[in-house]
Amino acid sequence: MSCDEKVDCGRRRLVVATAAAGGVAGVAVAVPFLASLAPSERAKSAGAPVEVDISKLAPGQMMTVEWRGKPVWIIHRTKEMIDGLRKTDDKVADPKSDRPMQPDYAKNENRSIKPEILVAIGICTHLGCSPTDKFKTGAESGIDAEWTGGFLCPCHGSTFDLAGRVYKSKPAPDNLEVPPHAYLSESRLIIGEDKKGA
Amino acid sequence: MGASNYEKFKSDGTLAGNVLEWVDARFPLTANWKAHLSEYYAPKNFNFWYFFGSLALLVLVLQIVTGIFLVMHFKPDASLNSAGVPVAFASVEYIMRDVPWGWLIRYMHSTGASAFFIVVYLHMFRGMLYGSYRKPRELIWIFGVMIYLALMAEAFMGYLLPWGQMSYWGAQVILSLFSAIPLVGNDLATWIRGDYVIGDATLNRMFSFHVIAVPLVLLGLVAAHILALHEVGSNNPDGVEIKKKKDERGIPLDGIPFHPYYTVKDIVGVVVFLMAFSIIVFFMPEFGGYFLEYNNFIPADPLKTPPHIAPVWYFTPFYSILRANTVNFFWIDAKLWGVIFMGLGVMVFFLLPWLDRSPVKSIRYRGPLFKGALVAFVISFFILGYLGILPPTPGRTLVSQICTIIYFAFFLLMPIYTALDKCKPEPERVTQ
Repeated sequence: MSCDEKVDCGRRRLVVATAAAGGVAGVAVAVPFLASLAPSERAKSAGAPVEVDISKLAPGQMMTVEWRGKPVWIIHRTKEMIDGLRKTDDKVADPKSDRPMQPDYAKNENRSIKPEILVAIGICTHLGCSPTDKFKTGAESGIDAEWTGGFLCPCHGSTFDLAGRVYKSKPAPDNLEVPPHAYLSESRLIIGEDKKGA
Repeated sequence: MGASNYEKFKSDGTLAGNVLEWVDARFPLTANWKAHLSEYYAPKNFNFWYFFGSLALLVLVLQIVTGIFLVMHFKPDASLNSAGVPVAFASVEYIMRDVPWGWLIRYMHSTGASAFFIVVYLHMFRGMLYGSYRKPRELIWIFGVMIYLALMAEAFMGYLLPWGQMSYWGAQVILSLFSAIPLVGNDLATWIRGDYVIGDATLNRMFSFHVIAVPLVLLGLVAAHILALHEVGSNNPDGVEIKKKKDERGIPLDGIPFHPYYTVKDIVGVVVFLMAFSIIVFFMPEFGGYFLEYNNFIPADPLKTPPHIAPVWYFTPFYSILRANTVNFFWIDAKLWGVIFMGLGVMVFFLLPWLDRSPVKSIRYRGPLFKGALVAFVISFFILGYLGILPPTPGRTLVSQICTIIYFAFFLLMPIYTALDKCKPEPERVTQ
């Protein structure tokens, strides 16, 4: 700030210092208000894992369970469905699951612990819609003649194969997320928790 | 408020006169009445397009009044009631079925939202027709675009409140846009939602913003918009400055007092508007699914997206622009490009006063280049709006990409084509 002979420079400095201190206080007061918008302690603690019985899930079927307010899909893939994944390898954006959208134990060609059971969060990685299942193959699916089954997001048309891998040149940037999960027994799954090191 | 230029009222000895003199000595009442109404000189050649400013004000009042009464019955609560229906959804049903005349107040509010955008879009288009954003009215335009932005926020948050399927999934999509921002995106989206998913925290904060914060901002912006207008004076369909030709008392030769001339004229507009508004409120409040989408009569289900989701009609042009971005480009993915272009699609309006290099303001004296560009812009805006309602197909995506290019070309090429355009000479004074 300029300081000519008409003003008392000592007082001017005090005015500046007072204004600065007031400004700092103003910013400090804004902090609790802005921080109050973050998830509450209750919201943070609400993410308990979910146990699921998959003994009644027949091959070719899919079930949806809720975990942390999100739909989690469990799909029992048939042999044809798994074979179909090899045909989509060169059509999907991240065929080898190199991007961190799954735990390490699901970083394989089928994106699953057991080849036939896929566990994935049914939320499109584009803008959060839940894709619809399109299990019919070929022209019957209404998508294209090459379709080997998968999911179509109704919001912006992203398509995913039966391993939740996103097709190339679609709005969604990533494969569907595979949540942490583990088998408690042959037919009991726990979602939201994994045995460390498993 | 320019009020110091006016003399205080002197009583003629009557009781009313004495009261007015008493008030006027303590508050600039007659001064403001004169400055903004009885001695605010507006051009005498206003036409049909000049109804929409006062109509926007009317709809604002309508929304505030109906909103006050809706808040008395609405409950911003996403938890499920004993019947398994979200409390917020059930409270809207309660307003519709059990509150005396609640259906009318709610339909006035929901129809008012769409009416607000119809009126505001026509009001903005008027500005583009007659160059009302040009010097010296840049700030009026900027305040106006800010009002438009606040209105978009207000409409989006209001649509969340009934907690239907479209409320939920619409909010999911729009709030997920923030997660496209690199590095901080996911944390920012969580902070805005107040939870890891759209939930009760989101509903309550949107209610707070919809009912308190944004309306206060809107009122302030509307006041600034009108004060700026009354400082420089209104434009008109000829785009010539009436203040350049004044009589010996300093009154523009082509100006007439806003009150009573335009207050009376605007009442005609109000009556016609209210007729159309009433027909919609009473006979087609959902307007075929465009004003209230059918999927929003289903309670929010976090596990199932409706087979087709689209925003309400007033957002669809920008939604189409968002969807038109399907290509990863440089190191930025298609999702972020979509968000960037959608944001720019709105923000670019701020630049309009500086993009236009034409020597004339009004469409009446502009050349074929601007007229053609404006027609192409309006058509592409309509096509984008229409495509935004429909589910995406490869063909439609291509059309929306072409229209997005036309949309942005209208703005970005404006400095070139307005400078090259062959304009007609402006008249000295307004024409009839």
